[in-house]
Amino acid sequence: MQITLNGEAVETTDDSTIETLLTQLGIGRERVAVELNAAIIPKTEYENQLLSDGDKIEIVHFVGGG
Amino acid sequence: MTHTADTLIIGGREFTSRLMVGTGKYASFEQTARALEISGAQIITVAVRRINLDRSKESLLDYIDLKKYTLLPNTAGCYTADDAVRTCRLAREAGMSDFVKLEVLGDEKTLFPDNEELLKAAKILVAEGFTVLPYCSDDVIVCKKLEDIGCAAVMPLGAPIGSGLGIRNPYNIRIILENVSVPVIVDAGVGSASDAAIAMELGCAGVLMNTAIAGAQDPIAMAEAMKLAVIAGRLSFKAGRIPRKLYANASSPLDGLIG
Repeated sequence: MQITLNGEAVETTDDSTIETLLTQLGIGRERVAVELNAAIIPKTEYENQLLSDGDKIEIVHFVGGG
Repeated sequence: MTHTADTLIIGGREFTSRLMVGTGKYASFEQTARALEISGAQIITVAVRRINLDRSKESLLDYIDLKKYTLLPNTAGCYTADDAVRTCRLAREAGMSDFVKLEVLGDEKTLFPDNEELLKAAKILVAEGFTVLPYCSDDVIVCKKLEDIGCAAVMPLGAPIGSGLGIRNPYNIRIILENVSVPVIVDAGVGSASDAAIAMELGCAGVLMNTAIAGAQDPIAMAEAMKLAVIAGRLSFKAGRIPRKLYANASSPLDGLIG
């Protein structure tokens, strides 16, 4: 299935969760926040949150800024 | 040292440094980390952005000892209350802290705050339990409204962001200081150490800056200059300056002059 991740089309497996997606991308769960279709997903739900075709996901973190 | 008796309390947390520093625009992450360390800042601002999907690139937080600093995520680049609130919620989830530097900009050229949207966002965030530090105009009415909403501090600009023009309207800052009880922190506009000292001599609780340090020819040296300026300005404010007079008042005794 296809999801939109940070504005880019990404292919992923049908049983993907937020957790497996982060692992696949090599992103540690600390110090990131994840939005699924504009709703923030708490870290405790990463494991159970299944993804669906067409989902829009944003993964953000902290960068240098004033 | 006066530090123990002169701490800054924001949102229930106690800080000994009154200089807050941004983490943008440095030449490298090593330079950022070094400048932060030399500045003595305990509160550092960060921005919230999409993560780079290319994980080979390093990130700022790999270089920063998070035990030493309180992260103050900003809402830079937000032009509506909705975007700013969304960014703050993401920041809280990512950082596990409810401190936010709330900025809602009105215009790309000036980066002046949109105070109407700012007040709207502040209201929502305070209700959601955030510790809100709003970047705002040097306008006492707006500052009082932000205080009434429940913001933990107010952060009026000294001059446009990144302009280095210094404190353009010290009288407005004084009026704000006389009329709000939450900490007043000058945010934006500082260009040199004397600007930071002026803000502190006016009685501000602190100064927040980024470009003045990161954009200096030697950011590490400027970080130290700013640290000392904020300390000197604070001590000068507390010491109480002499009144300004138009004419001279001799320092040496007039008695016993040789004649």
